[in-house]
Amino acid sequence: MKVTIDNITLEVEPGTTIMQAARQIGPEIAPPAMCYYEPLKGSGGKCRACLVKVTQGSEKDPRPMPKLVPACITAVQDGMVVENTVNESVLETRKGIVEFLLLNHPLDCPVCDQAGECHLQDFSFEHGVSTTRTAEERNTFEPTDLGPNIQLNMNRCVLCYRCVYTADQITDSRVHGVMYRGDHAEISTYIEKAIDNDFSGNVIDVCPVGALTDKTYRFKSRVWFSKPVEAHCSCEKCTGNVTLWYKGDEVIRVTGRKNEWGEVMEFICNTCRFDRKKTSDWVIEGPTKIARHSVISANKYGANLITPAFPIAQAARDYKLIDDDRDRSFLHEPAKIEAKK
Amino acid sequence: MKILTEHIDVPQIETIAVYKKNGGYKAVEKALKKMTPDEVTEEVKKSGLRGRGGAGFPMGMKWSFLAKPEGVPRYLVCNADESEPGTFKDHYLMWKSPHTLIEGMIVSSYALGANTSYIYVRGELMYVINILEKAIQEAYDQGLLGKNILGSGYDLDLFVQPGGGAYICGEETALLESLEGKRGNPRNKPPFPAVKGVWQCPTVVNNVESIAATSWIVNNGGDAYAAIGVGRSTGTKLISASGHIKKPGVYEIPLGITVEEFIYSDEWCGGIRDGHTLKAVVAGGSSVPILPADLILTTATGEKRLMTYESLSDGGFASGTMLGSGGFIVMDETTCIVHNTLTFARFYHHESCGQCSPCREGTGWMDKVIHRIEHGKGRKEDIDLLVDVAKKIEGNTICPLGDAAAWPVAAAIRHFRDEFEWHIEHPELATKDGAVYMRPGASWAR
Repeated sequence: MKVTIDNITLEVEPGTTIMQAARQIGPEIAPPAMCYYEPLKGSGGKCRACLVKVTQGSEKDPRPMPKLVPACITAVQDGMVVENTVNESVLETRKGIVEFLLLNHPLDCPVCDQAGECHLQDFSFEHGVSTTRTAEERNTFEPTDLGPNIQLNMNRCVLCYRCVYTADQITDSRVHGVMYRGDHAEISTYIEKAIDNDFSGNVIDVCPVGALTDKTYRFKSRVWFSKPVEAHCSCEKCTGNVTLWYKGDEVIRVTGRKNEWGEVMEFICNTCRFDRKKTSDWVIEGPTKIARHSVISANKYGANLITPAFPIAQAARDYKLIDDDRDRSFLHEPAKIEAKK
Repeated sequence: MKILTEHIDVPQIETIAVYKKNGGYKAVEKALKKMTPDEVTEEVKKSGLRGRGGAGFPMGMKWSFLAKPEGVPRYLVCNADESEPGTFKDHYLMWKSPHTLIEGMIVSSYALGANTSYIYVRGELMYVINILEKAIQEAYDQGLLGKNILGSGYDLDLFVQPGGGAYICGEETALLESLEGKRGNPRNKPPFPAVKGVWQCPTVVNNVESIAATSWIVNNGGDAYAAIGVGRSTGTKLISASGHIKKPGVYEIPLGITVEEFIYSDEWCGGIRDGHTLKAVVAGGSSVPILPADLILTTATGEKRLMTYESLSDGGFASGTMLGSGGFIVMDETTCIVHNTLTFARFYHHESCGQCSPCREGTGWMDKVIHRIEHGKGRKEDIDLLVDVAKKIEGNTICPLGDAAAWPVAAAIRHFRDEFEWHIEHPELATKDGAVYMRPGASWAR
């Protein structure tokens, strides 16, 4: 099947979604995803971050689709033409989606454990605007206790339903879910029952924001101060392939291994995640590959590789000595003040 | 010309004996004994009957989309989750004459080859559910439901399912989720219910009024039904008239009468209450754009507006509206449009399921902004903000609730912008009890 995304044509298998096709081209073309999570069946279609314009439905039926369609759940048709980054209305809509997601999201990134690996941060950095139009107070929720390992901060939740799908698909019983509706909908357990299951910790990894975080890692470090290392162990419950996060010599956190799109492909058990926090528990494979645009890479390569270097460079270029009256001598010829180069 | 409400005022029409005496269940006999399912579908197609739930999609076409794979059961689901503010026609029909719906259900299920059918009734209408269940039991007792109906070899089981009282469960895929016992979140489409509906089987979801009309079509033929009405708007429509009119109520109108006749004629609404003039009309339930008096009576091109799908939507969003579900809300000059818009926005804020972000966040945002304006705390930029938020919601959501939330707000600002501005510029006047902006030198009605 032939599909054209942003003027790049490629061949894909039947049944491929627009999102998967775009990801085959590369991260510059791939639409953002806040709720879609490839390993989880049925996920996607909710956050509307990946809306794209289909300007030609297929070879057979070349009519454009009337509305923007979610790339993550729309299957490719032969001869389909899709516009993502080249379409004004798509980018405009995406600005709106960022605005909607941030409307009730607290801007508490400085104290949020997810900061640095937060999909909403990335999404708003790439597609949002720096101003705000809302004058309304944000919705807040009563705290819910999910047990000793998982910290829920419902105020940060964007209701992507990923954790619900995770609990449905990789644990044998789901005890948490979405309660209430509208902007008061919240992730909660029935009568505050603690989530206690061998694989429950994976909801932390799938959460795109800081709504579900690791209690054993809470406030221990910023993401960018820690060093990720691939490791494995022989575990009876899971594959044992994990990423260890070091701060100095200490393992401060264990997570599943994430792919290029921030998706965990092999879910890990709670023993690996919460209990094995000594280097001696693990066989180290080597450092995790980190994309250079990641916040973890900041200051680790040459300064010219870090984006956005532009504002810093611009500020340096535009720097001028201030023309200050107090520097002048009125007794002599007024000194000529030249701006430094 | 009355089709659905012809015998509705006959005493005890809710009992099967009286209903049969008034010509009831003849369509079942005719369809099951003398017609094939395809012939019934053909008649419905010929009738041009359009879905009465709001979208107005041709019913025969919807039926023909139903996938019919071998060995897979098919279902008919009746959408009786009528919860649109301003609409109360299905409630009235089911309460007064439950057998009209049941007869339609049998005929329609037969046409679609469904052996199990459901009536999904909104949970608040518990007494209607009791009436329906009693009527269904009567039909079972008379051999009109169950195995081998009237000796035709056709089996049908009919169930009533109460909903939990959520507006969103009136959206067909949310209804199916709810029917399956899950949280009533709309599904992503495709697949459409015609391919994968309830329990992943092909399903048709139709409104109460549409299904009830099929028995008349079987009795009298599709052509007779198509003879009523104008153009592609055929047959009769139940209109729930409410607001500042002399005679609020449910009226069955032949499609094609003028809006003016409907509002002012003694046969229907009987005119605006004494001493007042028409200001605005919401023609099809709270979701459709509001129109000021001059635009509801005549189109932008000066033609008389008719009670039809086409005529009401003439002019598009700029100067038109929609027939929708037929919730006809009339407002006189004492109505504050900002307050009315706040009521609608609050409703959609409350009823959004919270699944997709534009609707979840946008409806709440619009509600809060309009609330501020209404309570004298509006900012000048709020009006344009509302329009922009509405634009960002519309078309970007999983189900039509987002559109339904955006249209009333955007339309109210389009036609009554001065009223919003007055609220912002004169908060001390606008927040007085019962204060309504009067457009200087202009009367609302012609």
